[in-house]
Amino acid sequence: MIEMIKELIQYRHLLYMLTWRDIKIKYKQSVMGFFWAILMPMLIVAAGILVKKGFSMVSGRPLELTELASVSVKAIPWAFFVGSIRFATNSLTGNSNLVTKIYFPREVFPISAVFANFFDFIIASVALTLILAIAGIGMSINLVWLPFLIFLLVLLACGIGMLLSCANLFFRDIKYLVDVFLTFGIFFTPVFYEASMFGKWESALLLNPVGAILEAINTVVVFHKSPDPFWVAYAAIWSFGGLLIAWFIFHRAEFKFAENI
Amino acid sequence: MNDVALDFNQVWKKFKMGERYDSLRDLIPGMAKRIFSRNNQIELGEREFWALKDVSFQVKRGEAIGIIGPNGAGKSTILKLLSGILRPNKGEIKVNGRLSALIEVSAGFHPDLTGRENVYLNGSILGMKRKEIDKRLDEIVEFSGISEFIDTPVKRYSSGMHARLGFSVAAHINPDILVVDEVLSVGDLQFQKKCIDKMLSLKKRGVPIVFVSHNLQSIQMLCNRAFFLKNGQIFKNGDVSDVLNEYLFSGQATTKFDNGVIISNTACFNYYGERSNVFQAGEKAIIKFNLKVNKPINEYLLGFLIRRTSDGFLACDYNLPLSSIEDENNNINISLEKNVRLDFQVNLLKGLYTVSLHIYHNPSQRHVYWVSNILHFSVEERISWEGVSYLNPELCSE
Repeated sequence: MIEMIKELIQYRHLLYMLTWRDIKIKYKQSVMGFFWAILMPMLIVAAGILVKKGFSMVSGRPLELTELASVSVKAIPWAFFVGSIRFATNSLTGNSNLVTKIYFPREVFPISAVFANFFDFIIASVALTLILAIAGIGMSINLVWLPFLIFLLVLLACGIGMLLSCANLFFRDIKYLVDVFLTFGIFFTPVFYEASMFGKWESALLLNPVGAILEAINTVVVFHKSPDPFWVAYAAIWSFGGLLIAWFIFHRAEFKFAENI
Repeated sequence: MNDVALDFNQVWKKFKMGERYDSLRDLIPGMAKRIFSRNNQIELGEREFWALKDVSFQVKRGEAIGIIGPNGAGKSTILKLLSGILRPNKGEIKVNGRLSALIEVSAGFHPDLTGRENVYLNGSILGMKRKEIDKRLDEIVEFSGISEFIDTPVKRYSSGMHARLGFSVAAHINPDILVVDEVLSVGDLQFQKKCIDKMLSLKKRGVPIVFVSHNLQSIQMLCNRAFFLKNGQIFKNGDVSDVLNEYLFSGQATTKFDNGVIISNTACFNYYGERSNVFQAGEKAIIKFNLKVNKPINEYLLGFLIRRTSDGFLACDYNLPLSSIEDENNNINISLEKNVRLDFQVNLLKGLYTVSLHIYHNPSQRHVYWVSNILHFSVEERISWEGVSYLNPELCSE
């Protein structure tokens, strides 16, 4: 394990360059430029607001500002997660010429895919922070949780991304499965709604580690409370454990990549 | 420091032929099959073949070793094993030091990025740090000779420019061990020469080099040793010119149109009558062979061709009437067997050359015998840079 991390640190320049390449290409080809980074989360936020409006019309309760804030606060990390996984899944097969021609730790591919999406996430977050500040959502000491929660989400994305990129290399239909899961995943994850709406089934929804992280982020940012330590710990186990296992599997399969791609 | 930089010890590597299960729905039948047919690492399964069979070699510091062989012999597989992209099924590979593999130098290029950006990208893919690239950027661009286009996206480059930039980056990594696969083939002659010089300077600094190429001339210039790989096995291993000769002879092809005409026992001699394959430019060379014909000898022509092996350039093509070897006394004799010698002046520049002979029958207007690459020789001289003919120039005051 330490060997693996050491090797990755040795190749950090490459990790940086590949991330930079992905970002650069994304923004170079598009006239819209940085607007790209905000487009996808904006769409999700818009969809979320529509759903919320529907809820409020059915229940007869007026739509509150905090609800809108919740939707946007959860939509942006979700967009990051979806983008990372989708991008990471194709990262090995999309770079097949490098995989078969040059040696370096292949972990760099899925990780740089996640990092490139993290860049978009940062831009979208800056935009959202401005909006939330203007809307007067306020601040509290509980925001110190936020970096840790985002870190957990990044680790989770790295772990899952590694596993899926590796799986997709051996079985090319994985990417279609991933697409389907990610498209419908939003209904199984508390993005447009709160897990607490389900009453005693709340924990069932939080078993999804992404859901647990999103809810914690929501609690911290919108409600200014400290998150439920149990669910944060649960998500942390998923993130760290998942990454460890994924990395291990990835490493074991790595030497077969060039022949099987 | 250990003197042996690369140790390739009895390495076996197998590949699969044909279709492979690469979708999830094929996984289950595939798995079932695997469970029932316990596949062993060192046994050949169904539709598998050995790409490398028991290959061993060592490379010491400051040594350059060339690998030649026909396509599909396993040359690239060796390089991929060395660089760690593939792992052997059996055997051991030891690499002492930072290895740089130039297997496809422009593999890391992204078409939408500019040349400069790709230098950074490719440099880090090959293991350079950002600061190192900053320092060497000018040098790299200068070496590639495409500084005007360095801010143009690479997708607008010609394939030659692509290769030039790729090699320039790769040539500036300062590796401990250099592994090079047929990367020079795209560049023009001048650039190829530049690359060879660069590699020679690395070699002088003690960097061991493994060099795969079909360009035999560059192998001869660069390497001390070579081996000839055929069907995944080392066919011949040793001094570079011996191995090259062996390789060239394997390209010999004889076409007979008439069984009565045969050329045999061909050999090359120098001016002193010693067998030799190496000549100084301007020296006299003698080719001796045994000739058998079954029609009057003055009806034949002997075709004598010399080609440069590195690029196939035709250095000469003569048709010599066989009437010159006619004897007074056996003129009437229709069938004839005779030892013949062909003298010529080696007015060629340094390089490897191959000789082809053919016999043409004038009355019937057709070739009756053709043997290509029957002989090989190399020419050595020190003063020329490029060209084909040795004119022996001398500069003096009048």
